[in-house]
Amino acid sequence: MTRRCTAALAALALAALSVPARAQTHEAAPFGMPVMDRHVFYHALLDELEGRFGSDQSFRWEGEAWGGTDENRFWLKSEGTLTNGLLDDGRQELFFSRAVSTYFDAQIGARYDLDSRPGRGWVAFGVEGLAPLFFHVAATGYVGGDGRLAARLEGSYDLLLTQRLILQPRLEMNFYSQDDPIREVGAGLSDLEAGLRLRYEITRKVAPYIGVSYEGKYGRTADFARAAGDPTDAVRFVVGLRLWL
Amino acid sequence: MDKVELLGRRRFVEGLALTTGLAALGASRTRAAAPLAMLRGDRIDLAIGPTPVDFTGRARIATAVNGLVPGPILRLREGDTVTLNVTNRLDEPTSIHWHGILLPNPMDGVPGLTFRGIMPGETFTYRFPVRQAGTYWYHSHSGMQEQTGLYGPLILEPRGREPYSYQRDHVVMLSDWTDEDPMTVLSNLKQQSDYYNYNQRTLGTFAKDARRDGLGATIDDRLMWGKMRMSPTDLMDVSGATYTFLMNGQPPARNWTGLFTPGEKVRLRFINGASMTTFDVRIPGLTMTVVQADGSDVEPVEIEEFRIGVAETYDVIVTPRQDACTIFAQAQDRSGYARGTLAVREGLAAPIPPMDPRPLRTMADMGMNHDMKSTPAVDKGGMDMGGMDMSKMTPEEHKHHMTMMAPPSHDAMSHGAKPGDNIPTSNADGIDPGTLAGQAGVDNVAMQTRDRLGEAGIGLDGNGRRNLTYRDLEARRPHRRSLPPTRALEFHLTGNMERFLWGFDGKKFSQAGPIRVALGERIRFVLINDTMMEHPIHLHGYLFEIENGRGDRLPLKHTVNVKPAERMSFVFTADVPGHWAFHCHLLYHMEAGMFRTVLVA
Repeated sequence: MTRRCTAALAALALAALSVPARAQTHEAAPFGMPVMDRHVFYHALLDELEGRFGSDQSFRWEGEAWGGTDENRFWLKSEGTLTNGLLDDGRQELFFSRAVSTYFDAQIGARYDLDSRPGRGWVAFGVEGLAPLFFHVAATGYVGGDGRLAARLEGSYDLLLTQRLILQPRLEMNFYSQDDPIREVGAGLSDLEAGLRLRYEITRKVAPYIGVSYEGKYGRTADFARAAGDPTDAVRFVVGLRLWL
Repeated sequence: MDKVELLGRRRFVEGLALTTGLAALGASRTRAAAPLAMLRGDRIDLAIGPTPVDFTGRARIATAVNGLVPGPILRLREGDTVTLNVTNRLDEPTSIHWHGILLPNPMDGVPGLTFRGIMPGETFTYRFPVRQAGTYWYHSHSGMQEQTGLYGPLILEPRGREPYSYQRDHVVMLSDWTDEDPMTVLSNLKQQSDYYNYNQRTLGTFAKDARRDGLGATIDDRLMWGKMRMSPTDLMDVSGATYTFLMNGQPPARNWTGLFTPGEKVRLRFINGASMTTFDVRIPGLTMTVVQADGSDVEPVEIEEFRIGVAETYDVIVTPRQDACTIFAQAQDRSGYARGTLAVREGLAAPIPPMDPRPLRTMADMGMNHDMKSTPAVDKGGMDMGGMDMSKMTPEEHKHHMTMMAPPSHDAMSHGAKPGDNIPTSNADGIDPGTLAGQAGVDNVAMQTRDRLGEAGIGLDGNGRRNLTYRDLEARRPHRRSLPPTRALEFHLTGNMERFLWGFDGKKFSQAGPIRVALGERIRFVLINDTMMEHPIHLHGYLFEIENGRGDRLPLKHTVNVKPAERMSFVFTADVPGHWAFHCHLLYHMEAGMFRTVLVA
């Protein structure tokens, strides 16, 4: 399975490297490129940089950065929650993505769960883009060691109350094929996070926000949490800053 | 943008009346009635270098010709062979392209196509015979230098008498300035294409529309646009949120003033030297007589307002009756305006009109109303346009329209632009237009394109003023050799607004080869705009004849602003060999790849 993914990754990388026929460009422009349509751009977006306040307090970040051309981009995605000095839900991902349709990118890469619990590595593949009605959606599948499978669904929507005051509902769900007691996740829908954030775009790139966040654990994951004496769900008030560079 | 936001909004849009930090420009540049610098003759030396400027209260470095933004007016004489020595004092390559000028290909000034560009420290000598007369302009064709100030007027004086008279002659060059680095602007658009659109639909406009049209109808309308992932508020990609609009290099508050003596006829040479801004120009209280379009004489047309796409020029003659009249040039998206005054002496001002309401795109702009007549039944009278009809439809009617539409058919798209002449027609990039839908670079394929030459454009038709349309333009003299074309090439103007990708036929420049045209061939280019935006399409080295039904007096132009869902065509005789640039003149569209080489050999 891993080998098949590696092969797919290699195929995608090759597709990316297949530069448009140099000869025809030279014929059209014998002295070099007249425009910068293959320019490489870079951006980083910290969607969540927030304090969470409920029965406990935690600090949460979620962000992504990309670099590349219109068609081919490398992505770094990172998230984690720090509670009482313990890092939880630490997900780091690296993707290669390619624009495969008008609104969607195909992604292939790797994920590593890096936090205070023992780590897990995964091969990752997915699609991300803009669904009809302007829903931003991402679906990612993961293949780990010992035949572990996982999936993650994400969606968000920007509702403009005014030109600068924007309400963003957000939903994230994680699924696993097997119990993983060390990381306290169980098979099936393991956890769900729903957020509602109200941000004010002082500029497009700097937007403080407030909101609420619900986190719930389900099925075997909830059992693991109960056994450890942890709550299975929590609603927290959040205050944060959305930043992009 | 981030820093600019901290400025008072009004001060930012209007610019500064007081001038600070303009040391390099000298006091004369900042007086209300500052005349543009002018150079004339058949030997002119120009130096391109970094120059400090201040349009908004923030010091910035412009890329300027002889230290001026705009560059000096160059007045050359028809029939002369001119020598223009251009020295590069920047630390990057530069170039000057003589826009709309008929000249040998190596003198056209396009890095990549006609030369390497002018390297730092180098002087390049342009030498060519002046074969035409009229109002033109020049600008850099290197990177983003056009946005940072490298543009200026180019006036070609005729040998013979002009068929109109005037006592006063003013250049009115419109442009857009941003304090941001243009590469940051492009980068921002790649990350979030509506970055500069602060006039989007919100909960507030939803409530307003629901009160007017009913809740169900408003929800249906939002669902319809949402399903297409399009916004009807996409009027311009870069707006007054970052731009300060300039008239002859002066922001509105500095009020550029052109002097006249009462009773004089005044010729105004309007040039749109902006990077991304389409302007709607009027002089409240005055009728304008259009006598030239893109430098070529046209039969006089009396109008009250005209839209000027990027890189176009219009010459109008006015007879001001008051001591002061405002020249008002509002951006198409109504996010700001350029303004100046015609006055009998310095220091006068006339009222500045409020900006017009902001229009919305309609389904017709998406090429989505099947029963639109091919020729809009609209004339200068200012009646409602076909394009506006859809906005008044109920969502039920919209739905009906959408279900009635057939999928795009190759056959439907490939018959010649002009009914009646069956000349061989092919896609310029050799693609099947039926394959465009769904590509990453294509967010829409207009199912229903039509002739929109009789429309003034979004926000103008039906506004109660007499607006210029392309159909009004008629060449002053019949063309001597107005032969029919022997072949037609079709270009689909394509884009993906969400990803900020732009091209022809779904391809960027680097994904396409040259468009081959035989030397001496009489050829038609058909432009089919599949996008929801206007594109000012410019062909280098030629003046082409727009097929607007004027027989042997088709108007000559170098740039044509193609409307959404429009299908139009022009013809030209490819009589000068070389690599000629053919591109959208919106700078950020061009740099994104909406560019081709027309290889005439």
